[in-house]
Amino acid sequence: MNPVYYLYLAALLFTIGATGVLIRRNAIVVFMCIELMLNACNLAFVVFSRMHGNLDGQIIAFFTMVVAAAEVVVGLAIIVSLFRTRHSASVDDASLMKL
Amino acid sequence: MNAENLIALLIAAPLLGAAVLLVGGRRLDGVGHWIGTLLSTTSFVFGVILFADLLGKNPEHRTLMQHLYTWVPVAGFQADVTFRLDQLSMTFVLLITGVGSLIHLYSVGYMEHDERRRRFFGYLNLFLAAMLLLVLADNYLLLYVGWEGVGLASYLLIGFWQHKPSAATAAKKAFIVNRVGDMGLSIAIMLMFATFGTFAFGPVFAHATGASEGKLTAIGLMLLLAACGKSAQVPLQSWLGDAMEGPTPVSALIHAATMVTAGVYLIVRSGAIFNAAPDAQLVVTVVGAVTLLFGAIVGCAKDDIKKALAGSTMSQIGYMILAAGLGPIGYVFAIMHLVTHGFFKAGLFLGAGSVMHGMNDEVDMRKYGGLRTYMPVTFITFGLGYLAIIGFPGLSGFFSKDKIIEAAFAKGGTEGWILGTCALVGAAITAFYMTRVMLMTFFGEKRWQPDEHGHEPHPHESPKVMTIPMIVLAVGSVFAGGFFSIGDRFLHWLEPITGHSEGNSPLSAAAVTGATMVCLIIGVGIAYLQYGRRPVPAVAPRGSLLTRAARRDLLQDDFNHVVLVRGGEHLTRSLVYVDHTLVDGVVNGTAAGFGGLSGRLRKLQNGYARSYAVSMFGGAALLVAATLLMRAV
Repeated sequence: MNPVYYLYLAALLFTIGATGVLIRRNAIVVFMCIELMLNACNLAFVVFSRMHGNLDGQIIAFFTMVVAAAEVVVGLAIIVSLFRTRHSASVDDASLMKL
Repeated sequence: MNAENLIALLIAAPLLGAAVLLVGGRRLDGVGHWIGTLLSTTSFVFGVILFADLLGKNPEHRTLMQHLYTWVPVAGFQADVTFRLDQLSMTFVLLITGVGSLIHLYSVGYMEHDERRRRFFGYLNLFLAAMLLLVLADNYLLLYVGWEGVGLASYLLIGFWQHKPSAATAAKKAFIVNRVGDMGLSIAIMLMFATFGTFAFGPVFAHATGASEGKLTAIGLMLLLAACGKSAQVPLQSWLGDAMEGPTPVSALIHAATMVTAGVYLIVRSGAIFNAAPDAQLVVTVVGAVTLLFGAIVGCAKDDIKKALAGSTMSQIGYMILAAGLGPIGYVFAIMHLVTHGFFKAGLFLGAGSVMHGMNDEVDMRKYGGLRTYMPVTFITFGLGYLAIIGFPGLSGFFSKDKIIEAAFAKGGTEGWILGTCALVGAAITAFYMTRVMLMTFFGEKRWQPDEHGHEPHPHESPKVMTIPMIVLAVGSVFAGGFFSIGDRFLHWLEPITGHSEGNSPLSAAAVTGATMVCLIIGVGIAYLQYGRRPVPAVAPRGSLLTRAARRDLLQDDFNHVVLVRGGEHLTRSLVYVDHTLVDGVVNGTAAGFGGLSGRLRKLQNGYARSYAVSMFGGAALLVAATLLMRAV
């Protein structure tokens, strides 16, 4: 099977993730969309690794997973504390950082 | 001891006097005036010794140089403190120290009741020292030091009675008007340095013929501006009349021995430059001719005896500047008239001071009248000075002024006729206003009245210490011109320095003398008809338009006020306006522009994480697009 299709899939997943980040308000959903973008990148790395016949891309994919796991921990903690203080998970409600 | 080494002492003596008197303080009050007179006389004695030394030398080798030290030793820019004593500076040294010492002596009596007499003598000595430095300097930079020193001393002396607001203002006016001229001199020095690479007299004059005429004309005009300031020539003449606020000996000193003669000296000294710049010379003669008429007309209308004499000085200096502008035809006669003028003008001013001394400091000639019986010595000395200045045959002014008129005609062409006619008309007006002064002061009915405190003036002759200098100056006024002219002594004395050439006059010398005599008789006659035959009104009549203008110094102050003061105010106002609108506008506009822009940009910081994400994605997309584009290229 042609590996380029996997790249198309990766691009599609990334686009869906990016769109989700931009248009959704719910912090959890935004967070999931970010995960989707990360995984799309992972997929692209693995495909390139396969296409070029070296392992660098797969190693990077592992790194990405580790970083993503750490990010989930921190991110979810932030979202939870945000929800506790503001009783809302909407990212638009947390808009205090402005003049 | 070599004679050269005396030159510095000429300057050192009065400078020492100034230092001692001004630093010494009140404990010198009792003797200060004698110290000042003594040191001024010392300088005169040194001058006479040097003069005898010069006379003993061959005319070609009469230049003594004394190098004291190198003042500014920078590579490519060397200014030495070197003094040059040649026939020209010697003439000035004798005039300055001689007449200056007489004025010192006179001041002993004149300033007797002034509690600041010691300070006055300190300033007088400072004046002499500065003027001597000016005429002895061997380069223009050192001359400039003396030039400024003269300006400072004149400021201090004109404003000596500084408790009178008018005196303080007059001093400031003299100083400021002089600054305009000083600027001319400093520009001339800079131009000289740019053109010749030096400002020492020798090299500058040697290279003057090789330089471009344009540059020489520029230097000449700037020197003329300087001369106009110091010598009170049109258009910088306005300070001279007001300078009469100073004590009378100061007026005598400024008008006869120092200060106003500096401009004539500068032009004659820079003869080599002017000879190579005919356009500048022409301007010099025009300035001289205009001023000699201007001063004479002003002198006709003044009722203040000192101001009438001030107008006369302006006019006589105009003659000298005119002669100096004629080039080698006139240099010698400019200096000769300067010396004879030094005698009779000092005599006239001291006489005027003596009259004021006897008249409770009254200066209005309409309140004098018939003083000849009360002050016989003053009358005779003043009268001799009067005959000398109008050019009575045989007296000093006759010889020197006649020569200048002759030289003006000898310039040749239309210019010669115009300048000569101006000089002749000037001679007639001189005869008129001086006769007027004479008649109003010493002849006719006595017109004085008690002043507002009820003090009736008791005209009396001045003490000997004042009359002796007047007598000496009167003797000079009578004989100096004839002494100089017998065998062309003065001409042969100065010729090696200034050069001399006979012009080709369209009129014979006898014709010029005849015309001068006719002018003299006309001037005296009109004055006699107007002031001798009829009683002089105690209150000035309204007078014609010209008279009224001349009373206001031919509207010079009004002109200065309208053109310079108002003009300057308008200029500064428009500059302030431009500053406020244009310059501030650009600055404020830029600030406001950026302020507005940042106000808009600030809206981008809306706190919404999603909008930040959009800019992040946008940026990332741009980077990717740019990378792809670069790879495609």
